Amino acid sequence: MSGAVPWNEARAQEIIDAHLGLEGPALPILHAIQEEFGYVPEAVVPQMAQSLNISRAEMHGVVTFYHDFRHAPAGRHVLKLCRAESCQSMGSEKIAKDFLERIKLEWGGTANDGSLTVEAVYCLGLCAHSPGALYDGEPIGRVDAEILDELASEAQKS
Amino acid sequence: MTKVYVPRDMAALAVGAKRVLAAVEKEAAARGETIQIIRNGSRGLLWLEPLVEVETPEGRIGYGNVKPSDVPSLFDAGFLKGGAHPLSIGKVEEHPYWAKQTRVTFERVGIIDPVNLDDYVAHGGGQGLAKAFEIGPAKVIEEVTKSGLRGRGGAGFPAGIKWKTVADAPADRRYVVTNADEGDSGTFADRMVMEGDPFVLIEGMTICGYAIGASKGFIYLRAEYPQCAEVLTEALEAARKGGWLGPNVRGSGFAFDIELRIGAGAYVCGEETSLLESLEGHRGIVRAKPPLPAHVGFMGRPTVVNNVLTLATAPAILAKGGEYYASFGVGRSRGTMPLQIAGNVKFGGLYETPFGLTLGEIVNDIGGGTLTGRPVRAVQCGGPLGAYVPPSLFDTPFDYEAFQKHDSLIGHGGLVVFDDTVDMLQMARFGMEFCAIESCGKCTPCRIGSTRGVETIDKIVEGVDVEANIELLSDLCNTMKFGSLCALGGFAPYPVESALRHYPEDFRKATLPAAAE
Ligand SMILES: Cc1cc2nc3c(=O)[nH]c(=O)nc-3n(C[C@H](O)[C@H](O)[C@H](O)COP(=O)(O)O)c2cc1C
Ligand code: SF4
Ligand code: FES
Repeated sequence: MSGAVPWNEARAQEIIDAHLGLEGPALPILHAIQEEFGYVPEAVVPQMAQSLNISRAEMHGVVTFYHDFRHAPAGRHVLKLCRAESCQSMGSEKIAKDFLERIKLEWGGTANDGSLTVEAVYCLGLCAHSPGALYDGEPIGRVDAEILDELASEAQKS
Repeated sequence: MTKVYVPRDMAALAVGAKRVLAAVEKEAAARGETIQIIRNGSRGLLWLEPLVEVETPEGRIGYGNVKPSDVPSLFDAGFLKGGAHPLSIGKVEEHPYWAKQTRVTFERVGIIDPVNLDDYVAHGGGQGLAKAFEIGPAKVIEEVTKSGLRGRGGAGFPAGIKWKTVADAPADRRYVVTNADEGDSGTFADRMVMEGDPFVLIEGMTICGYAIGASKGFIYLRAEYPQCAEVLTEALEAARKGGWLGPNVRGSGFAFDIELRIGAGAYVCGEETSLLESLEGHRGIVRAKPPLPAHVGFMGRPTVVNNVLTLATAPAILAKGGEYYASFGVGRSRGTMPLQIAGNVKFGGLYETPFGLTLGEIVNDIGGGTLTGRPVRAVQCGGPLGAYVPPSLFDTPFDYEAFQKHDSLIGHGGLVVFDDTVDMLQMARFGMEFCAIESCGKCTPCRIGSTRGVETIDKIVEGVDVEANIELLSDLCNTMKFGSLCALGGFAPYPVESALRHYPEDFRKATLPAAAE
């Protein structure tokens, strides 16, 4: 994953300020914050609320509405497995369930050694090569047990 | 210098295009061959990806399913001159999957270098916009109306009427928003256009902006498409540099620019009003209509929200004429539809053809039946809110009205094939669960109904009061259909009810004598 940096209020303000000229800057700011720190820290909510001139409650509402904004750092690598219909037609549910059992994780969980987070997604547009996945943003088609095990051990090593 | 095409389409990358590219570069260097590599989009013959093509005097010769380890033998076989090799499919344009298509929206996808403006123009790009500037905004809207083009995002609303409504709405500012949220399972056409021919979307948005008097456009792209964001960013940059966007588009005096925005993983943000809320920086909660976005849209201004395919078809309509486009299709479904053939299917891919093929022709003749070789049991048409269609209805022609007649939808043109191992009770459960996960929460039938729906199906799975619970489920579906504010809650019953209607036996398994156990 990207080399996330530790939380830093001044840096966050720089990121916020850089986007204030946009029409409707909230999502671009949140993406940039997550890109920088690896998640959206709670502390950024009041900061953004003040800069965008909205209530904290409203800002909190925005952050929590979207599936992609993390409230805690992810593992060093992130594997997103598709659970939508096309992938199901090619057996994705069983492949994913068996894999999660093998590595002792639940959906959304992170391995104890911090190497890997596994998340569910609903369609990656790889449906002609189902089951589909994204590993650190790289697309993978025709996912099977072997590919997943390889990724998990690769994640542990780096 | 020999031109070699290695796609950068996300689906091609997913099956190894990057490693194939590295292998080709390495092998060429080792053999002292100078080649020019072009990172094209995909031709849509997705089961053949990575499909490497070589330009020869006779045309482009394709090599399908190339693995890095195949590359040395390709060079040995003289593939740079189109030499024979087991992976060769011959001239790509003579391949039946390609030759039988009518490509209008996708005419350049897979053929050109996506981010090279000169290549775009050399393949007919820009003619639609030139025509638009020549005939003026009112006539542009007339051509689009004449073409019969209906919104490709799902609802099938006539594009020309939407544009006219926005053009006529009094305002100090107007906007064009491309809905690139493409959240439906089984769909990838938007992604393929944007990765394979991004300028056609830019041109289409510019034509729309010119027609309605907007100077600003947004592309709202889903976060699940990082490769697509890269290509779009490069293309927008190139368009600005080349004078296709900016204060004076192509020397016309018309000012227009486009901003790329990335969503954050919420299916409901594909719904146009929720999308606008998200674009403005709020929770993606659906707005009640009226007012329509055409009157009160982004930042309260009149806004065209159109799907990628709708806007990407506008340049061809302008260049070739509305009547030309309308000459394809059946009934009120005019023009061509980019079909996305997916799931458990042998020849999955993108297939653009006039409306009117039967579902059976699409699944069996073009798709080649299931990949597992087992009988087809169901095809889900139109994404997670679409119905499951059994083979007994395979003679239904692919057009908006014919599908509506038996309570199913075309939606965005995605077709997901399932073989006979599918458990339709589980698919019905998933339909409800998906609605529960993705509901924006504004209205009770959708928010609570979908959760109750999952619970009720779970009871049916366990064999508890099956008939009573089936009745309760039907009731719930009815409430959701008629009590929901938007189509997420309103259409979630379609997969459930179609499963109940066509596959009743799957709902009553638990009550059957446990003979199989
Ligand atoms: C829950 C929901 C999700 C939707 N997702 C999309 C989508 O991903 N892409 C899209 O173009 N339209 C989507 N739509 C339809 C849009 O609301 C809208 O009708 C469409 O963008 C209009 O463009 P068109 O007229 O060009 O089809 C969705 C609708 C609903 C109710
Ligand atoms: S139907 Fe569902 S998604 Fe649509 S507005 Fe109501 S709660 Fe939101
Ligand atoms: S359904 Fe899994 S990639 Fe589309």
